[in-house]
Amino acid sequence: MVSLKNDEEFQKIRIIPARVIQQTVGNLCLQANTLLRKDVIIALNKALAKEKNQRARICLKQILDNAQIARSEKLAICQDTGLPSVFIEIGSNVHVDGNLYKAVSSGVMEGYRRGYFRDSVVIDPLERATPASSIPLVHTEITGGRRLHIIVLPKGFGCENKTRLKMFLPTASKEEIIAFIIETVSCAGADACPPYIVGVGIGGTADYACFIAKKALLRPLNHRNSDSVLANLEDTLLKKINRLGIGPMGLGGKTTALAVKIEKAATHIAGLPVCVNISCHALRSAEADI
Amino acid sequence: MVKELTTPTSKKSLEKLRAGEQVLLSGFIYTARDQAHKRLYQMILRGEKLPLVLEGQAIYYCGPTKTPKGKIIGSCGPTTSGRMDDFTPLLLRQGLAVMIGKGNRSEFVRKAIKEYKAVYLVAPAGCGALLSTFVKEVSPIAFKDLGPEAIYRLKVEKMPLWVAIDSYAGTIFPKLNNRPKNNEEATD
Ligand code: SF4
Repeated sequence: MVSLKNDEEFQKIRIIPARVIQQTVGNLCLQANTLLRKDVIIALNKALAKEKNQRARICLKQILDNAQIARSEKLAICQDTGLPSVFIEIGSNVHVDGNLYKAVSSGVMEGYRRGYFRDSVVIDPLERATPASSIPLVHTEITGGRRLHIIVLPKGFGCENKTRLKMFLPTASKEEIIAFIIETVSCAGADACPPYIVGVGIGGTADYACFIAKKALLRPLNHRNSDSVLANLEDTLLKKINRLGIGPMGLGGKTTALAVKIEKAATHIAGLPVCVNISCHALRSAEADI
Repeated sequence: MVKELTTPTSKKSLEKLRAGEQVLLSGFIYTARDQAHKRLYQMILRGEKLPLVLEGQAIYYCGPTKTPKGKIIGSCGPTTSGRMDDFTPLLLRQGLAVMIGKGNRSEFVRKAIKEYKAVYLVAPAGCGALLSTFVKEVSPIAFKDLGPEAIYRLKVEKMPLWVAIDSYAGTIFPKLNNRPKNNEEATD
């Protein structure tokens, strides 16, 4: 029998107790829901500096005031504390001691209890009994190394409801894709708390396009896409969206979106899935390394 | 000068409001969102007595967070009004005067607002923490089993709102949602 103890690989294994993950997730829930992301605040301030429409200016100031009050009073930025998505990257040399999924669920429950957040998740989508907790959706991914990275993204459904997926023909032009994305924002109109952050997933399968569209919302708003084609597409889309005139809270102005973020993935020769996931201005996420 | 409104209100006082204007609302407003609307709607259809008299009242489409220790209310911003559209004409017929929410309404709601001389106001959307500072009192009224979707009466002071659809059917939103109504009762 091989003695694992002497195995060099084994020495590299890092053990992380589930309890630590639970605590971290709890703290991230509190952080995400009460401290508006810095990049979002920067984008809002930039928009305010450029905005001329009086109603839009009042709205942008209210949004910034709201973030300030949430921070100082430890209140939820928005009462819809959402359906929390939790993205976990687990290094292949990490061993979680305990049940990872249970730890994440308990962490979310703890965070939401401590923050007095609203439980908005019904266990059964058809029976719809009154929510008693916030059950997260957990996505795990194995990466290299000894690191465990956790991101909590509590997204409200005012904007999640505006998500659209279209399976384009593989021969579709960029213009058709642009038109679909603009139309999706236009359909969201005043309903989903503009100014928006528009996440787009292009390629993969139907489900994967939706997954990366949501993940796109995690990219820092002020970082330029390293793919120059996508970066240009993001610029074009943002300009066009801000010409729609929807404006903050739908009351007019040139600030309809703060950013467009696109992710792409390899896809099949017969198709071209495109998913648009819109986030409201209250784009909340927090992350930590363990 | 920013106009002010106190609720409950007479329909007459709503006549001064025009789409696009800011309005500061004081008085009492009742929270009700999807499930509460569904119940009120069914109770009206069955001819039952409602837990609140709608005449002249304001309904706020809102499901607040839990109330943190030492606070009057938690974060309490508006939810998407369009989801309440199918139930709205019947409530307006009962005398509901003011609706507060966020986002656009259907064309049939705009028509009903004009017919019953009501108004639709929008609150700063996604600003639940800010909005909580205008709430001075909270009392539970009905449907406690619905948790955050129960009906609460809020006493508010100078809550900053916008007139989105006025009693003349004037609207701030350029394009109204044109979908047909989903239930048959209000072919009125
Ligand atoms: S869309 Fe966003 S900001 Fe608006 S109510 Fe929902 S979670 Fe809050």
